[in-house]
Amino acid sequence: MYEKDGEKYFVVDSHMHYWNAAPDNWVEGAEQYAKGWIECFHAYMGLGPPETHWPIEKFQKYSEDDLMKDVFEDGHVDVAIFQPTYLKEWYKEGFNTTERNAEMGKKHPGKFVYNTRWDPREGDDGLKELRDNVDRYGSRGVKLYTAEWRQGSRGWKLSDPEAYRYLEACRELGIKNIHVHKGPTIWPLDKDAFEVSDVDHAATDFPDLNFIVEHVGLPRIEDFCFMATQEPNVYAGCAVVIGGLMHARPKFFAKVMGELLFWVGEDKMTFGSDYGIWEPKWQIEGFVDWNYPDRDEFSDYPEVTTATKKKILGLNAAKLYDIEVPPEYRLEPGEGTPAAQDSAQGVSAV
Amino acid sequence: MKAAPVLAALETVRDPELDEPITSLGFVASCTVSAAGDVQVRLRLPTYFCAPNFAFLMVADAYDAVSALNWVRRVEVVLEDHFAADAINGGVAAQSGFARSFDGEAVGELHQLRADFLRKAVMAGTDQVCRPLVAAGADPSALATMRLGQAPPSRALDRLRQRRAELGLPAGDDAPLLIDPATGAAIAGDAPLHLRRARATRISIDANTGICRGMLRHRYQAAGIGEEEQ
Repeated sequence: MYEKDGEKYFVVDSHMHYWNAAPDNWVEGAEQYAKGWIECFHAYMGLGPPETHWPIEKFQKYSEDDLMKDVFEDGHVDVAIFQPTYLKEWYKEGFNTTERNAEMGKKHPGKFVYNTRWDPREGDDGLKELRDNVDRYGSRGVKLYTAEWRQGSRGWKLSDPEAYRYLEACRELGIKNIHVHKGPTIWPLDKDAFEVSDVDHAATDFPDLNFIVEHVGLPRIEDFCFMATQEPNVYAGCAVVIGGLMHARPKFFAKVMGELLFWVGEDKMTFGSDYGIWEPKWQIEGFVDWNYPDRDEFSDYPEVTTATKKKILGLNAAKLYDIEVPPEYRLEPGEGTPAAQDSAQGVSAV
Repeated sequence: MKAAPVLAALETVRDPELDEPITSLGFVASCTVSAAGDVQVRLRLPTYFCAPNFAFLMVADAYDAVSALNWVRRVEVVLEDHFAADAINGGVAAQSGFARSFDGEAVGELHQLRADFLRKAVMAGTDQVCRPLVAAGADPSALATMRLGQAPPSRALDRLRQRRAELGLPAGDDAPLLIDPATGAAIAGDAPLHLRRARATRISIDANTGICRGMLRHRYQAAGIGEEEQ
């Protein structure tokens, strides 16, 4: 929780990690990819305030104590949602697996939500693993990385028939929240790997599931916005928006927030620190203090209120994950309904 | 030494996603020209995993732009520090095209991809041209009846015309100011919504450019040849 100027914010960090990308976990023969991946993440950290940067050695493998201090003790977070990314072709034990997250999290009851993942190319074995993970960790959400490399394949689409089998399994297993993360490769490589039309198809065909597009579809924010405005069950995962732009490019941050608030709406945006890429503390404190610059070019964006920030920082994700919010952190009557599906101005504009 | 014309040639090569020259973005790591007319250009990108299709286009376009100089004897373009560098560098040097350079992993060439991103550039350029008009008091709905020739001259207008022409879309004085970049048809109905979409597209490209510049600076401390900080 975070308190500022008498206002109390319940904070759900809906996108964070506990990874091991140190050389002891690199797959022999794939070292260049394991190294390239973590160095790329480390460059993202460079977009945050200099005093929050870590040396690459710590960044490759931070400790449980680091995480508990940065996220909960200093970082104001009430509940954190682990989003796993496997990358087992590059990292021996996986980059950031459901097991690793749960092993650590079980020592801190009530602090974490364990999402799991699936990959449609894993067929029946993958479906069984998904069921086992739901049994074992109570997962209510999954994180999907469409650019993962597997046995010569460079990725997949959410609209693939095999993916639909898994979405049907999610339905049956009580998984409600599908977090989608796009990356630079899919098959075939001549198509734009970042485009989001496959999410559009899946969201239309599975209206009872919520699709949270992580990094708001970056680098295709506009495609994501135009899609989200037409799909009531598509949400904006704001990891990277705050971390990558608020400090480094404040003018663009204000404009991107304005666009998201217009096309997607404040009820459908969720905060994620993307820890260990960035610590949550500066992101949350900075966002609570933030508003548009007082200039004409921002005048036709939706207003940003305290309620807007409360929803984005925690209340929307709490609603999606049925996390109990203590009464003093809830909205007053008339301040809207967190995670409501039809509030964006853009929706009526299209 | 004829580095200046080589640099000028490289300035015509754009990052297709960011719609900006690879020189000003800082992607040209080095450029050497021998007395005999052999040119070597080394390119670098913000991350090891930048999308291979766009990377291929930049390397191939750089190769073509420099090869077009009539005194050049031999050109080598080398992409550094990238997961697909070998496939891209080898494929461009052998003039193999994208699909053959990524055998089995691609089904076609990149013309469609390039056109898709030129259309985004047209949308972003529409915002660049129209926003000042609206700020000066023009009614957004009224812009739908304007012609390109009625917009005040500016670099943004030249650029918009150029991008439209590249796509084969109407770009003359009589052409409508607002068009659907997929079809070239005039925007008749909802001009304010079209302008909203144009602005979102421009902001997306600007935000990406900001992130790419930040990542590049973290990766390489030294400025690129012809880099312009923004």
